[in-house]
Amino acid sequence: MPYGDWKDNEYIEHLVKELRDNGTNVIVGTFDKLINWGRSNSIWPLTFATSCCGIEFIALGAARYDMARFGWEVARASPRQADFMMVAGTIVHRMAPVVRRLYDQLAEPKYVIACGGCAVSGGPFKNSYHVVKGVGEIIPVDVYVPGCPPRPEAMIYGIMQLSRKIKVEKFFGGVNRQEKINRFLNEHPIKETPEAAQQQVMEEQH
Amino acid sequence: MADIQEKIIKLVPDAVFEEGEVLTVCVADKNWHELAKHLKEDTELNFDHLVAIVGMDWTDTLGTMNYLESTKTGQMLCVKLQTADRDNAMLHSVSDLWDVANFYEREVYDYLGIIFINHPDMRRLFLRNDWVGYPLRKDYDASPETNPVRLDHEQSDDSTVCYREQPDGTVKKEEVTVFEPNDFVVNIGPQHPATHGVLRFRTAVDGETIKKIDIYLGYIHRGIEKLSESLGYPQTLHFTDRLDYLSAHQNRHCLCLCIEKALGVEVPQRAQVVRVIMDELMRISSHLLFVGTFCMDLGATTMLFYAMRERETILNIFEKTCGARMTFNYNCIGGVIADLDKDFVHDVKALLEIMPKALKEYDTIFTGNVIAKNRMEGVGVLTREDAISYGVTGPAGRASGWGCDVRKTHPYGAYAQVEFDEVVRTEGDSMARFKVRMDEIRQSLRIIEQLIDRIPEGEICAKVPKIIKLPEGHWFQQVEASRGAFGVYIESRGANTPWRLKFNSPCMNMAGVVPHIAKGGKIADLITIGGTLDYVVPDIDR
Amino acid sequence: MYDLSKGADWLNQWLLSWCAPWLTVVIECLLVGVVLLLAYAVLALFYIYFERKVCAAFQCRLGPNRVGPFGVLQSVADMFKILIKELISLNHIDKFLFALAPYLVIIASMLCFAVLPWGNGIQVIDFNIGIFFLLAVSSIGVLGILLAGWSSNNKFTLIGALRSGAQMVSYELSLGLSVITMVVFAGSMSITDICMAQKDTWFIFAGHIPAVIAFLIYIIAGTAETNRGPFDLPEAESELTAGYHTEYSGIHFGFFYLAEYLNLFIVAGVASLLFFGGWMPLHIPGWDAFNHVMDFIPSTLWFIFKAVALSFVIIWFKWTFPRLRIDQLLSLEWKYLLPINLANLVLMVIVVCYGLHF
Repeated sequence: MPYGDWKDNEYIEHLVKELRDNGTNVIVGTFDKLINWGRSNSIWPLTFATSCCGIEFIALGAARYDMARFGWEVARASPRQADFMMVAGTIVHRMAPVVRRLYDQLAEPKYVIACGGCAVSGGPFKNSYHVVKGVGEIIPVDVYVPGCPPRPEAMIYGIMQLSRKIKVEKFFGGVNRQEKINRFLNEHPIKETPEAAQQQVMEEQH
Repeated sequence: MADIQEKIIKLVPDAVFEEGEVLTVCVADKNWHELAKHLKEDTELNFDHLVAIVGMDWTDTLGTMNYLESTKTGQMLCVKLQTADRDNAMLHSVSDLWDVANFYEREVYDYLGIIFINHPDMRRLFLRNDWVGYPLRKDYDASPETNPVRLDHEQSDDSTVCYREQPDGTVKKEEVTVFEPNDFVVNIGPQHPATHGVLRFRTAVDGETIKKIDIYLGYIHRGIEKLSESLGYPQTLHFTDRLDYLSAHQNRHCLCLCIEKALGVEVPQRAQVVRVIMDELMRISSHLLFVGTFCMDLGATTMLFYAMRERETILNIFEKTCGARMTFNYNCIGGVIADLDKDFVHDVKALLEIMPKALKEYDTIFTGNVIAKNRMEGVGVLTREDAISYGVTGPAGRASGWGCDVRKTHPYGAYAQVEFDEVVRTEGDSMARFKVRMDEIRQSLRIIEQLIDRIPEGEICAKVPKIIKLPEGHWFQQVEASRGAFGVYIESRGANTPWRLKFNSPCMNMAGVVPHIAKGGKIADLITIGGTLDYVVPDIDR
Repeated sequence: MYDLSKGADWLNQWLLSWCAPWLTVVIECLLVGVVLLLAYAVLALFYIYFERKVCAAFQCRLGPNRVGPFGVLQSVADMFKILIKELISLNHIDKFLFALAPYLVIIASMLCFAVLPWGNGIQVIDFNIGIFFLLAVSSIGVLGILLAGWSSNNKFTLIGALRSGAQMVSYELSLGLSVITMVVFAGSMSITDICMAQKDTWFIFAGHIPAVIAFLIYIIAGTAETNRGPFDLPEAESELTAGYHTEYSGIHFGFFYLAEYLNLFIVAGVASLLFFGGWMPLHIPGWDAFNHVMDFIPSTLWFIFKAVALSFVIIWFKWTFPRLRIDQLLSLEWKYLLPINLANLVLMVIVVCYGLHF
């Protein structure tokens, strides 16, 4: 895809501008480029789906859409080895701690794509008593892909946006992402109930 | 009917009958267990299938509607139970008679807080153990402050409670152990590649052999039934597509049928035929996805891609007519929302040609493979009695020899006009379930073949009022979805929103039977069993 | 056939001519180390790309084609990413063993590289017990897997590791016995001798029935040894998430990932050595012109080509067959492969004693 076609994302354009304004050291910049080239071209998803969007994610892997073309087909079942988490489907109250734990288990650099209306905002179930109104409430989201469920093309576009976002990161000399994530996580702490803390102590004793 | 009434009166003299679409009988809770036992064991009545337990909140009292069906005659009966008061709501459990009641009653407890006496496992089913309130009660406090989104991990309990009735009539709370302290409990799910969504099995294993499974549901419980109570009837339709997204057409068909039945609307012939064709296409696409994902679970990844290839052609047909690949929103009250695409007949005929070849190819690649045979034959055997007791309908039930196809037992739509065989096998193992689905694809093709040239001309949708208000009463409708009998229960009080809308999903029963048939097998067998039962988790949790 | 050992001898002489003998040894060791590591990395990257392309072809897909021409740089990008990915440190684990396990796995496969017949005269060490050494070091890998599973303090990894232990120990038998069958035929355990013995005809043709049986058993057992489908139970994705390496991230996981592909190469390489003549070109007795043309193709290419072709077969298995269950896996080994193998060994001894081979 030519660069011009990408210029429709104000957020990323802003990031690019920020980077260019401050300028970087040549050596550090070259390393950054190399690392970002590697990272942005090798985004491994976590096999994670809760509902309808998951089926479209399978379709994305299948022959017609074939995400293997971009090197995304190495879906890892273990969060330790995955790079991004496609939150495909509704997240409900009971699932929320699990999603958060999965996010915490991902190894840095980690990214989140909220895929589908439910993950973006709660979708058709927004008014329900048991639905989280957007996964952005519990984990920091990098890319939102709307749709119910989004077509595989939309998912490809979403992951490509993520790839582009990774390209303008800095590994050396100031990470522009990490601070935001940490701020988010501090604002959304996991509140430990006394019972849970006790259980953890018991598990440790085992 | 009269015969049933006589028999019930003989047993319970103060039973009250309400005539309706299904004979409804109101009995007192104290007689319920006795009556249920007789209804099930009486050789003439033979109400051996518990179709649904619908928990109800009638504002002054709580209660349940119990739908029973005879597998012999296909007759249905509804038993209405009411609790004495709201604060200390208790009913007697029938989980010792029907295994499926185990989950049904836990669901009612979860939604409405009705405690079932003698139920072996009175825990919440969908919501967290520390959830405040019972969401389907009309006086439930839905404010986010009561139940905020919590990020701390839920405790998994190794024991549960049972409210046991003592000989003197009092009820005592007992603790029941689920797992012994030295059990090696492996947590499979909620995030696990083989659970087909977010289902959680806590599995006690001895080496690789499964000793016990405890299922946790609710990881995608979206509260659809409560949401529907605040929406108008046409607005409730779109939830059905998102329940079991692989039976979107059938589910929506069911809700439409139920509303049309209540309204007394006659659906035009053209719409009926179109609905049936769409249902069958949906069934094929769903079974194709089953073949693919199941083979992937067994490690034969390539089959997934072959199955998805054919599925895409079906999705193309859907997309041309409905405008979507998955959530179609195609059926509407009175018919269908849009006319068929001009290429529809041509595309479907092309599909009819490629499918038999594709099926042959799958058989060559997978079914005939010796490893696949060893993995499936004799694994997870479900007997006919257990299938009925656990309410396992659909292909899984038919693989156990139970002819439970709603299209045959209670024909709806245009199914009465077409010829097809009900695929029934007697082995009851995973191989049988796999083969039943493969054969069902052939039968679906047969149905489409008969109808595709005979789509009648005419209206696609009957005239219905702008604002749909159902008369007072309650209705129950079932259709054969891809995975089994999908039921809809509507209770109306005359308003434009339902008083209670209940979806009775086939998948929950299948999840309920997993601990029973996986016991004694290996961990790998659990994957095979889960795969062949082919539940869709959002349909379980709703 | 150009003997590449002459080049190595010349290098040795040249080094000795200007520096002390001990320095020569040091420099040579370093050189060999660098070359091996390089070959290791390049082969691993090639294999990852190769498998992804092959599997895509089986599944009517295209496979990687965006990063670099035809996607050849895809695995390079993966490598860069995985090198700088976070290494998660876990609580409640045996930290030393947890960190040691991936190195054990990768060292096992690296040691095997030392004795592979890379070409006429290119070999790190030419033991007289080369094939025995190969069997011995390749079984260190199971230790790494067991440690990885145990030290992660996770139930899935533990089950994966125990499966792996049972599987590898069982299939080691078949592997060893089918190798012994061929050693009996060759009459030597030295890798050069085995290669040279196939100068006229490859063993799979010369040894006819027993050799073919040994080859089939070897390729089954070899697939099981590398934990690849249909024997990928230790990392059965749909059962145990990622099996024994569930808890590993970053380059530690990368080591397991690389070792899997390199083991594939080693298994295929040894198969090509034992049955298809190692680096020996295809010779047909009597067809002198043909034999002469074949000799022009460099021996290293012969070896690598054979190994890749055999790995293609193993990859083919993986993308065709469903996975076995653990009890079926063990009964296949103990009830079928092992007795057949023993009988085959006896058959081979008879063939050799009475000279019934070509």
